[in-house]
Amino acid sequence: MTEGSMITDKISSLIGQLSEPIILKVEAGAITRYADAIGDLNPLYRDVEYARNSRYGEIICPPGFFGWPIKGGGVEMTMSKVVGAVAEAGLWRILDGGVEFEFYIPVRAGDTLTTYGQLIDAREKVGRSGRMLFLIIEQKYLNQNGDLVAVSRATLICS
Amino acid sequence: MAKKQLYYEDVEVGSEVTPLAKVATTQMLVKWAGASGDFNPLHYEDSFAQAMMVGTPIVHGALKRAWLGHLMTDWIGEEGVLKKLSCQYRGMDYPRKMATMYTPHDGETWWCKGKVTDKRVEAGEHIVECEIWVENGKGEKTTPGKATVVLPSKKRRG
Repeated sequence: MTEGSMITDKISSLIGQLSEPIILKVEAGAITRYADAIGDLNPLYRDVEYARNSRYGEIICPPGFFGWPIKGGGVEMTMSKVVGAVAEAGLWRILDGGVEFEFYIPVRAGDTLTTYGQLIDAREKVGRSGRMLFLIIEQKYLNQNGDLVAVSRATLICS
Repeated sequence: MAKKQLYYEDVEVGSEVTPLAKVATTQMLVKWAGASGDFNPLHYEDSFAQAMMVGTPIVHGALKRAWLGHLMTDWIGEEGVLKKLSCQYRGMDYPRKMATMYTPHDGETWWCKGKVTDKRVEAGEHIVECEIWVENGKGEKTTPGKATVVLPSKKRRG
């Protein structure tokens, strides 16, 4: 992969396409395990009674946790078409470059969320280790009432 | 953790976000993989990490992002609201190996830190912007980022 654009026709054709929906179930136990993995002992993530008496009225998710996928596959499935197109373009090293989150509504235990992934940008850059392809993947999370709870934009660095 | 609430009036541009220490261990990475659903072998398989040219398994970027979330939610307290959080995974971090079931070997401690870069009232909301980062044992910012929060005000708003 030295000549031509890293952004193949296949990659450009995926820009703007929504992935299949992914359904996520938000369970209290999964929230606590997630908080445990970070080492965050906040009672809002583990103590039902404490949480019920808080302004949230229920156990909530730490920022960035949206429950566990029960339909439509996990994180790696979200963008399988994109990852496939990237591999076809001869790029085999994919690193997580970073992420930005916008939070609108707290996610509570008992919620069922729906998310769609979307490749929103593909850009070629020259860095320290040569040419790299930067992909921006956006995910919108909606709750059972159809309200937008959060948006994430992740950067994948492919080389 | 039912502690003292931070108010908008308590912070100024330049104020420090209360630092939070973290120790990444191989055990923590296993827990994170299971809890987050990220089963990329980059974070547990030596030969795969080597093939990906990172040497040995590295700390998940998303785990460091979650640490930064912890930093902010601890600091803003229960009445504070985290509106935005972003970070870039600039430098690789390598977990400490476990010495026993419960304790890691001696080694690196990471610090999550931050400082206030702006404060303003907008549409009745008391907004505070912060620059945040995860710093490794050498003091290098491997994971710089930003956060936007809304804090309660001591002046009752109408």
